[in-house]
Amino acid sequence: MAAPMNSVGKTSADRLQANCTSFQKKTRSKLISIPGTRPSVQNGQLLVSTGVTSLDYLLGGGLAVGTVLLIEEDRFDSYSRMILKYFLAEGVVCRHELFVATAQDNPDEILQPRPTGEPQDSLDAMTIAWRYQNLPKVQSALASSSRFGHYYDVSKTMEAEIRQAAKCHCFYLPDHITPSSAAHSARVESYSALLKSLQEVIHREGFDLSKSRNILRVGLHSLGSALWGDDLCCHDKPRHSHALTTFLYGLRALLRSSLSVAVVTLPSHLIQDRALMGNITRLCDNAIALESFKGSERETNPLYKDYHGLLFVRQVPHLNCLARQLPDHKDLAFKLKRKQFTIEVFTHFAPPKLSSHVPQSKVLEDEALKNADGTQLHSLYLCLTL
Amino acid sequence: MFTELNSILNTSPDSFTQGEFILVSDRQSDASFLIHHFLSFYLRARCKVCFLGLAQSFCHYGAVSQRLGVSLTQAKEKGQLVFFEGLKECLSVLLPKENNVESGAMNFLRDPPVGLRSLYEFVRSSMIGSGSMEEGAEQWGPNVLLVDDLSVLLSLGVDVGAVLDFSHYCRALVCSQMQGNMVMLVRCNKEEDDDDDGDEGSEVLLKGLTHQCNLNLHVQGLPTGYCKDIHGQMEVCWKRRQGDAPHMQKNLFQYKVHDKGASFFARGTSSAVL
Repeated sequence: MAAPMNSVGKTSADRLQANCTSFQKKTRSKLISIPGTRPSVQNGQLLVSTGVTSLDYLLGGGLAVGTVLLIEEDRFDSYSRMILKYFLAEGVVCRHELFVATAQDNPDEILQPRPTGEPQDSLDAMTIAWRYQNLPKVQSALASSSRFGHYYDVSKTMEAEIRQAAKCHCFYLPDHITPSSAAHSARVESYSALLKSLQEVIHREGFDLSKSRNILRVGLHSLGSALWGDDLCCHDKPRHSHALTTFLYGLRALLRSSLSVAVVTLPSHLIQDRALMGNITRLCDNAIALESFKGSERETNPLYKDYHGLLFVRQVPHLNCLARQLPDHKDLAFKLKRKQFTIEVFTHFAPPKLSSHVPQSKVLEDEALKNADGTQLHSLYLCLTL
Repeated sequence: MFTELNSILNTSPDSFTQGEFILVSDRQSDASFLIHHFLSFYLRARCKVCFLGLAQSFCHYGAVSQRLGVSLTQAKEKGQLVFFEGLKECLSVLLPKENNVESGAMNFLRDPPVGLRSLYEFVRSSMIGSGSMEEGAEQWGPNVLLVDDLSVLLSLGVDVGAVLDFSHYCRALVCSQMQGNMVMLVRCNKEEDDDDDGDEGSEVLLKGLTHQCNLNLHVQGLPTGYCKDIHGQMEVCWKRRQGDAPHMQKNLFQYKVHDKGASFFARGTSSAVL
């Protein structure tokens, strides 16, 4: 299960039989508070921060413990790697344990240099307009009112003591698989080795509710790429098309029965089969896709000059309840500044350039147009009519 | 149990047609809320239910059913519900340990060409096993099989033919031999008129099951785009109604899922518009 808040305190035998609603008498269980987590206001799920506050807002307050977030990588794997780093840095700051698995770079390269973390409250104090310090900042960036998560400065690296204090389990694929054995096997061995290693860590450190009361953050980099021994990204009709989906199913099984949360990045732009991508997305809970403007003609387009790329929300789960928390907007763009990775609603509706004699009242407002059956026209339509 | 859906389908827990195969399908959408409806419906109708929960954990189904007014743990204790938790069973196959006892129903994970025979044996034993009555055991209604969902089996490497065989065997056992009902969920990915080669598997499966079923609830997104207030449209398609002349009847509704259920309305009559 994705752990609801108040059943964390029970043993696993009780947990399977207990009700999983959020309305329970406190005498039945004592509420365990794990640092770095908070219950969701919507359905009582235990949430952790992804390290990016606007991404937390998109996911409904944070990432639910026991779920998987799938990030479809941008073309050069720069921003998805950044989000993975934020996720792991947040784990260090909150004193969670980490599990990092890579096939390409050594896991240490993903772990450091790590951005430093400051709690959200301690931004630079205003010196002149100090009376306005505490006013809420009005902006189109997605943010919730309560403070959760930290700000990270990507130009600095984390101090060595904090880094040493964090317990990190690494899985570097070349250490586990010898090339000769992988070439002749009928199945993709790397995924089973990864699943086995993850289960060992969960069992040994007690994240399956046997002894530990901490969260395990799992970061899996570039799954599905050729370096994992998978030919999903190389062929139109891959030979082992079910290896990754079977792994994701096993991952879901492991996460639902332990206090862990996973972020998986996947080079989806290399996978030709959209239907396979759909299967992969369905086996993960949350899914977002990043498209960066680097190297494309949009980089110099003045319409996109404020942003570094577009972000698409592919899937939102419904966990322990019927309703999903659907996003309000589907046109989202992100930008990475030194102190913050922000996701904003992309208003790519630019007001028309009016000559001076046309009255200003003719400027159109960004009003949602509705069809006869109540659906909203995609705002791209407004852009095309200009 | 969604009361509006009951009136659309003209059923109630006290009276429903037996021997029916209900297919719930979706295209680029999520129809799992209908599975929760049928689960609580048949538990309220005091049927003996066998539920293959392959997609989510038991706790998830339990929490949702609680909001719909049915307790899965109580039903399991009383013997009314046989719950197969796919996620838990798969770990014992994917990560074998020496002293592990596995039910063997998910053997296809180890070797997909084997097919779904052991899963069918599990279903059969849970249905036939109820025939032997212990003293003092409660009498339950007709047997019902619910599967959530078949597309997970395709993702795990099982062949489309094997899944179609499995559904046919289950239908022969549950619907015609035991005069019970069967509800299965199938999910599709691509657009209907897309000419892509990929995902032929789930298209073939969907077509095959649509041919076999008596009632098809097909859920899709709205053709005009994304809307926060209307989550999609559902097409209800009846076939082979007994007693009437063989004909096919189709109805189209729009729906919105909220915390305690779902509301269905005719096209264009959503509260967001009116």
